[in-house]
Order: sequence, then C-alpha cells, then structure tokens
Amino acid sequence: MPDLLIELFSEEIPARMQARAAGDLKKMVTDGLVEAGLTYASAAAFHTPRRLALTVVGLTAESPTQKEERRGPKVGAPDKALEGFMRGAGVTRDQLEEREDKKGAFYYATVVTPGRKAEAIVAEVLEKAIRTFPWPKSMRWGAGSLRWVRPLHRILCILTDEGGERVVDLDVDGIRSGRSTEGHRFMSGGAFDVTSFEDYAAKLKRAKVILSAEERAEHIWHDATNAAFALGLEVVEDKGLLAEVAGLVEWPVVLMGEIGEDFLGLPPEVLQTSMKEHQKFFSVKNPATGRIERFITVANVETADHGATILAGNQKVLAARLSDAKFFWENDLRVAQREGLTAWTERLSNVTFHNKLGSQQARIARIAALATDLAPKVEADPALAEQAAQVAKADLSSEMVYEFPELQGLMGRYYAQAAGLPAEVAVAAQEHYSPLGPSDDVPTAPVSVAVALADKLDTLTGFWAIDEKPTGSKDPFALRRAALGVIRLVLANRLRLNLVPIFDQSIHNCPFNLWVEANLQSMADEKLDIEKKLADPNFKGTLITGTREDKEVRLTALVEGMRDVSDRLEALKIWQVKAPMDLLSFFHDRLKVHLRDQGVRHDVIDACLAMPGQDDLVLLVKRAEALSAMIETQDGTNLVQGFKRANNILAQAEEKDGVEYSFGADVKFAETDEERVLFAALAAAEAQIAPAMAAEDFGSAMEAMAALRAPIDAFFDAVQVNAENHVVRRNRLNLLSRIRQTCLQVADLTKLEG
Amino acid sequence: MSETLPKPRSFQEIILRLQGYWASKGCAILQPYDMEVGAGTFHPATTLRALGSKPWTAAYVQPSRRPTDGRYGENPNRLQHYYQYQVIIKPSPPDLQALYLGSLEAIGIDSALHDVRFVEDDWESPTLGAWGLGWEVWCDGMEVSQFTYFQQVGGHDCSPVSGELTYGLERLAMYVLGVDHVMEMPFNAPDAPIPLTYGDVFRQTEEEYSRFNFDTADTAALLRHFEEAEAECGAILSRDAEDPKTGKRIVMAHPAYDQCIKASHIFNLLDARGVISVTERQAYIGRVRALARMCADAFVTTEAGGWTPEAVPA
Repeated sequence: MPDLLIELFSEEIPARMQARAAGDLKKMVTDGLVEAGLTYASAAAFHTPRRLALTVVGLTAESPTQKEERRGPKVGAPDKALEGFMRGAGVTRDQLEEREDKKGAFYYATVVTPGRKAEAIVAEVLEKAIRTFPWPKSMRWGAGSLRWVRPLHRILCILTDEGGERVVDLDVDGIRSGRSTEGHRFMSGGAFDVTSFEDYAAKLKRAKVILSAEERAEHIWHDATNAAFALGLEVVEDKGLLAEVAGLVEWPVVLMGEIGEDFLGLPPEVLQTSMKEHQKFFSVKNPATGRIERFITVANVETADHGATILAGNQKVLAARLSDAKFFWENDLRVAQREGLTAWTERLSNVTFHNKLGSQQARIARIAALATDLAPKVEADPALAEQAAQVAKADLSSEMVYEFPELQGLMGRYYAQAAGLPAEVAVAAQEHYSPLGPSDDVPTAPVSVAVALADKLDTLTGFWAIDEKPTGSKDPFALRRAALGVIRLVLANRLRLNLVPIFDQSIHNCPFNLWVEANLQSMADEKLDIEKKLADPNFKGTLITGTREDKEVRLTALVEGMRDVSDRLEALKIWQVKAPMDLLSFFHDRLKVHLRDQGVRHDVIDACLAMPGQDDLVLLVKRAEALSAMIETQDGTNLVQGFKRANNILAQAEEKDGVEYSFGADVKFAETDEERVLFAALAAAEAQIAPAMAAEDFGSAMEAMAALRAPIDAFFDAVQVNAENHVVRRNRLNLLSRIRQTCLQVADLTKLEG
Repeated sequence: MSETLPKPRSFQEIILRLQGYWASKGCAILQPYDMEVGAGTFHPATTLRALGSKPWTAAYVQPSRRPTDGRYGENPNRLQHYYQYQVIIKPSPPDLQALYLGSLEAIGIDSALHDVRFVEDDWESPTLGAWGLGWEVWCDGMEVSQFTYFQQVGGHDCSPVSGELTYGLERLAMYVLGVDHVMEMPFNAPDAPIPLTYGDVFRQTEEEYSRFNFDTADTAALLRHFEEAEAECGAILSRDAEDPKTGKRIVMAHPAYDQCIKASHIFNLLDARGVISVTERQAYIGRVRALARMCADAFVTTEAGGWTPEAVPA
C-alpha cells in the first residue's frame, strides 16, 4: 500500500485563497483516484504562502481488473457481424463462447479491462486537477498558456512504499514532476529531495517552513499573548486577521512595537482599523484604560538583530499611516466643529444611491421625513429624530470614512459629538445601521430606533417600488438583512406599528414612482394626440413625405412603440399598488425564518397570519407565542382536534346542504346533557374570550378556548350530529358553528398541522 | 547575503544603482516619457509594448503626477509629483522574483536583516483597460514595489505575458536612507560641494502645484482640452494606414496615444479641482479607456506591435 505525496510549489498564493485551495486539491485528487478504482485510508491537505501539499495514506497500488460479459450476434449470423463484434470486444474467434437461451444460440465474449497502476492514475488525475483548478482568479505567465494563481514552479509527486519512493512522472506545460522542493525563501539554501510525507514535513521544518497553517496560527497567538502578558497588556482577538497573517508567513516571528505618543489620542477604533487594514498588525490593549498602546506584527524571518531592524521599519510605516489618520481626524473634527455636519450631508447630493432612487441626499431627506413620522410611535422626540436622520450619514463625506469605509457610523458619532449635537443624535449616528447581522445588538434608544427603522424601511420600500427584489441566492442590496433588522427592532422594542400604511406612503414617496406617475400622464396625453391625428384624414396626407404605405408603416410603428412604453409604465403603476402587500409577505417570510430559529412552528405562524392586524408584528408574535404555548398542553392539542372535527363535519354538511350554518343554535332544542353543557361552556368561554381579545390578552383567550376541550370531547362521544330529526340536526350543526366562530376569533386553527 | 552593497547615501544614488542593476540584467535603459502621466505604466514603453508578440525589456525612471495627492510639501510622504522606477520584461522570465530581490540587495536592502514579503494585490487600471495579478512587495511592513503579471492591456489579452515592476522611489529611498520626511532626504551626496535635499529641489514646486491643482487650474479650459484631446485621438486614428506623401504604411498609434495620456492627466486635474461628480467620474474614466483601447487596437497593427505584412492580407 503506497503513500502519495503531492506538492505544488508556486510564487506567493494570496492568503485568502490558500485554505480553500488546499481543500480543493484534496477533493479533486482523492475523488479522481476513487473514481478510477483506487481506495485509500486517509488524506490531508496543507498550505503555506508558496505551496499546496497533499498526503494520501494507504493508497491501493493498482485498480482492480474489470471483467465484463458481452452478448454478440446469433450463431450463424453473417461473418461481417461477427467480425465487428470481435473487434469491438477485442477478442479472437477461439475466445468466443456459444450459449443457448430462450431466444436461441448466441456468441458471448468476456472483455477483461486490466487494472491500472496507481502511478498512471495519479499522473492523470493530478494533471487534470492542475489544469482545471478552481482558483477564484488565475493567470498566465511568460510565454505559456497554463493558468495558475501565480506562476507554478515545481510539481513534487512521489509514491512511497517498502521499496522506497518513486516519482510519479508527469509533465504539465514543461513543468516536470520530481521529488524535490525548496524551503524558506530567505532562511534556507537550495532545493532538496524528499522520500515521504514525514521526511517532507521534517525537512521543511529544518528549512524553516511550518507546513500546517493551524500550527503557524497557534504559534503566532501563543507568542503574541505571551509578549503582551509580560507587560500587563492583552492582544485584541481577531480570528480573521490571525488566519490571514498565518497565510502570509512560512516561519512566523512575532514582534511587539510601540505606537507613538502622538497617536494615542486617536479613537481606539481608528487605531485598530488602520493597523489591521494597512499593516495586518494586531492591536495590544491596556486592560486598565481600554487604550490601544502597542502593536504586534508577524515577520517571516529570523534575523541576527532579533528583528530590531524589522520592528523599527514597521514602527516608521505605522507612524506615517497614523499621521495620515490623524490628519483626517483633525481635518474632520475641524469641519464638524466649524461647519457642523450639514455641510457634509449637502455634499452627498453628488453621491448617487441608486440611479432610479436618486442621490444619498434625497434619500436622507426621505429618511428624515419618515423618522419624524415614526418618532411618536417609538416614543422619540420628533425634532431629535429628524435632526439625527439629517446627520446620521454625514460621515460618509468625511475623510476618515472615505479612507476606512468600515468606520461609517462610528465616526459619525464622534463627529456629531464634536459638533456639539445632542447625545441622542450622536448615538443614533452610530446605531442607525444596527442591527446588521442576526446576532448584532438591537438599538433601544428611541431616537436611534426611529432612524434605524426609517433607514431600513426606506431601503426596502425603495427597492420594492422599482421592483428590485431579492431572488434566490441573489440579494445585492441586502434587503433580507434590512427586513430582519426591522423585525428585530420592532419586536425587541415592542413597537406597535401597522406596516402597510408606512409601506404605502414610502413607496408613493419614492422618486421613481413620482417619475412613473408624471410619465404616465404625459404618455397618455401624447397617445391621445396621435390617435386624434390618425383619425383626421387631412392630417394623414400632410404628416410626412414618402409613399402612402410608407407613412402608414411609420405611423403604426410610432403608435406601437408608444403603446409598448405605456404598457410598461402601466405595469409599474399596477406594481405600485401591489408592492406594499408584496413587501408585507416578504416580511412574513423573514418573520417565519426568525421565529423558526426561536422554535415557533411555521404552521402556528400561518394560523396567526390569517388573522386581522397581520402587519402589526408585535401583535402577530404575541398571538403566535400564545398559540404555541397552548398547543404544547394536553388540553390545547385535544381542543385543536375537537375543533377540526367540528369544522370537518360542518364543512361536509354545508357542502351537502348548500347552506352555511352560522346562526341560530338554541339550547331549547338540545336533547342531551352533553349538548346543554356545551352550550353553557361556549357561553362562558365567549364571555371570557371577548374581553381578553379586546385587551390583546391572547394567553387568557386561549386558556378559555382550551377549557372547551372537555365539553367538546364529551359532546362528540355522546351525540350523533346528523340526527334523523332535521330540526335537531340543524341545531347541532349551528352549535358546531359556534365552536368554529369562537375558536376562529383567536387564530385560524384550520392552518395547524397534525 | 554578503553581496549586499554598502548603503547608498542619496536619492540619486539609489536611482543610479537601480539603473546599473537592471542594465546589468540586460534591460534597455530608457529615459522618462516627455508628458505628464499618473504612473510609469502610462509610458508607451510599457502600455503599448506590453501588447503583441515581440519580446521586450526596458527600465526607466518616470516622473509621475497625482494632483489629488498634493499636500503643499508638508506631508512627510505625500507628493503630487514623484518618481517611479519601472521595469518591464516580456515574456516574464521564470526567475523574475529573484531578479527583483537582487535589485533590493543592490540598493542596500539586506534580506537577512529585513522582512520582505509578497502580499496579494491585483493591479487594475480602469483608464487603461488593463489588469494583472501580482503583489505589493512589503519591506518591514512598507510597500516598496508593485509586482504585476500583465494579463490584459487596452482590452487585449497579453500573450506573451509581461512582468512589470514598479518602485515608488521616494518612499523606497526614504526607507533605505532612514529619513522621516521626504523633504529632508539628501538628493545628491550629503558631502557634495553643494548638497541638496529633496526639499531644496521640490518643496516650492509642491506648494505651487498644490495651490494650482486644487484651486487655480481653469476648469472650463480643462474640460475643453479634454474634449479636444479625445477628438484628436480619434481623428489621428481615422487616417488611412497608408501615408499619401511617402506611400508607406504608417499607423500613428503613438501620436494618438499621446492624446490619450493628455486626456487622462486632464481628468486627474479636474478630479483634484473637485468638479467631477461620482457618476460623471465613471463616465470620464470610460472615455479615457475607450481611447486607450483604440490606441491598443492600432498598435497591434504596427510592426512594433507584432504586425507583419504577410500576417494580414491586404
């Protein structure tokens, strides 16, 4: 059982692509081997900046021999047919067998496909993997046509067994496979041969390359935290950065440096972002003050001066970077203090948000109007909400956010403070983007909530108005996230809002729809005009030169073109009317996903969605939670069964009789105690349910409903609904109808499954 | 690595060492292009020569202008006028990384003491319709060069592929010389009879051009010049390949490309003057790209672009 070792040695592979590429190499090669009939015990892939490596342990030395039996022509068939068959099967006359079956005597041939050596299969599979490798971006180099992520220099491919190692021979566009590789670019000399994976990993380590990315990351984190701990400091954790840095070095050397005194006054987020984005530095924090005082950089080389030159260089680069950041920060502060944030907002009139939805500034005006409207409903001061919305996106014009877009919002808060704006406004500048992800905190400060809602609702209604909805996996404007954001804001703050009127208003105010309306009118006028002219026989002759037919053709084309445009505008107009409800159902889908994550069944939500007030998410969820709790209980489950039984019997009878039983059950026609008990129970439940529903106390309403379970069960046990006496039957059906009416007030139980 | 030479002492010595190094590796040492460009890549020795099948190798200093980067000479490392050192080799040799590292040794960067790294950076020039894959090269955390394998220029696939190296000379020199502010960097030898710093040479011009670029350049005239350059580029290329006077086939790819360079620089100035909105920006870039594409189309029909009379039937 040989072991296989592959290494593809190239110029530096981008850090972000390495892990994925190692996985792809493993999958492509092992899948290919298995497909060709080989098996193996285990496989593992590795990556460093300059190499992808794969070890496959316990590979079978060859693929098994395949035997296949083929039936040929009938015995006695013409020679030509027989020759053709033998040629196809690769056999001679004496290898043929004659056999009888029901249909007669036939020639049979056994075709043997011999097994292939692992070498041949590996060579074929690896060459195919190299030629079809799914790099996110690949390139050509020199005069060749092979594509790889960066120039590929070596292919190491060996099979090792008791007899030693042997090279699997392949040649990909002039790159010949071999048994040698190279170590660290600067800390090792020349190429060396390897005999097995163990030998390879050990020799690499001697040549200053740690093959495993996890080992490099662990090493970095260990040394970094130790260095910080020795000074009473701590490294700010950043897993993404750690993985990236581990992909930039083959031999990590951790160095800690100082941040110049001049820069310690910058906001910590600015320090951290600048160091991470530009320099791939980790931030080192003083836990006592929360300030970032030092940095960790990871070099790829050990030097005679223990990194002193490297550290001094990095420190200098950082100082230059931070003096840029400081320049932006001080300039921005000056603008904020002298001119306030409105100057920045005005500059956003040049920035297009979306070509059908106008500029950022126009969007801000809409958000401000909406935030003002929403303010009373979220207990925010309308003037503050408006002010906050007006300045919340001002920082998009600042130099700092231009340099570091990920600091948007946060810088807004600093600059709003500097401009002397109220604290609520400053906080809203930062918080109005939240919640971003499903685990992001939800703002609770009323002004923040008003602006956050208005921001997201404007986005959603805008894109709905122009019919740019998410489809499948495509959601380029992150509308699902925006809707979930609204849902979480509403639920976490228990906001009582009817969304549909807000959608209506916003969609109507969307600039694209204003444009559609204006155009529809002028299109209609123009069309009318042309039709009038066409009807005028004098006009026809004078309109244009050319033959009569020519004129007719051109006029028809004109009218039809007009009709086409106006049809499309008409369709948009219809969409404008439909859009709010369509958006609501999008919200309901998002809500279902959100609630399902919290353990609420989707049919429970459906049962509640069928009730009035479905655009009030708090009401909807309250009802769903109460229903969910009720059907957890024994009474609840049985009640639902009883309800369904009543509903089914009723539905059948209604269909058969062609009438609706909805009124007139009278206790005086009751013949049994069970009926009378049910009458009393319904009266009692209704008396409880009505006030509970009015108070939106779904818990009590459901409790009262669940109390009907015993009388309903008893009724069905004892009473035959379809009685001979048609008065009694009608009365009983009307009684069932009361059950239905009572229960349906609370939720549409017909939607429940099971 | 004992081959590392003693440290250079001035800005010009670094340039001279690079010239010497690349000359020793066989590059044709060219002189700067005599027009205002934003980067060394704009030199026709790179942009146009990267096209077509003919082998090519050149190295040169290119003064470059980025009007928006002006800081009145006050910022320690931002300048509206600076120098790039540019190397282009077609087809890219297999040892290009090693050749490049050799050039660092030549200017006194000892790889045994420094941390030199190749960090992913895909290069793209929307104005030239060009892109390539490669890295920015870091020395101790500082970007000292851009290293690119050209894949496309002027909308044409590069075949063979050129390897392009671009050194930001001021930044690199400041690092090698241990200077914190570009204006304090020795331009010639510090013990020369008349020692000059970078500031002696360029501080005043940085001030003058910062004021000009940001506040003074006549935007109406610039807009007009842009249109003129654009029109001229098209007009040049619309001429017949055969010159009526000499009867020779003369495709004027280079004169047309000069107009493309001109339009690109005017666009940069307009941008610095803040008169180009975000949406217009894309449109302007697209217009310059269209010119670059036309010039590339023309260049590949010239002899330098690999065209031969036999290849295309008349």
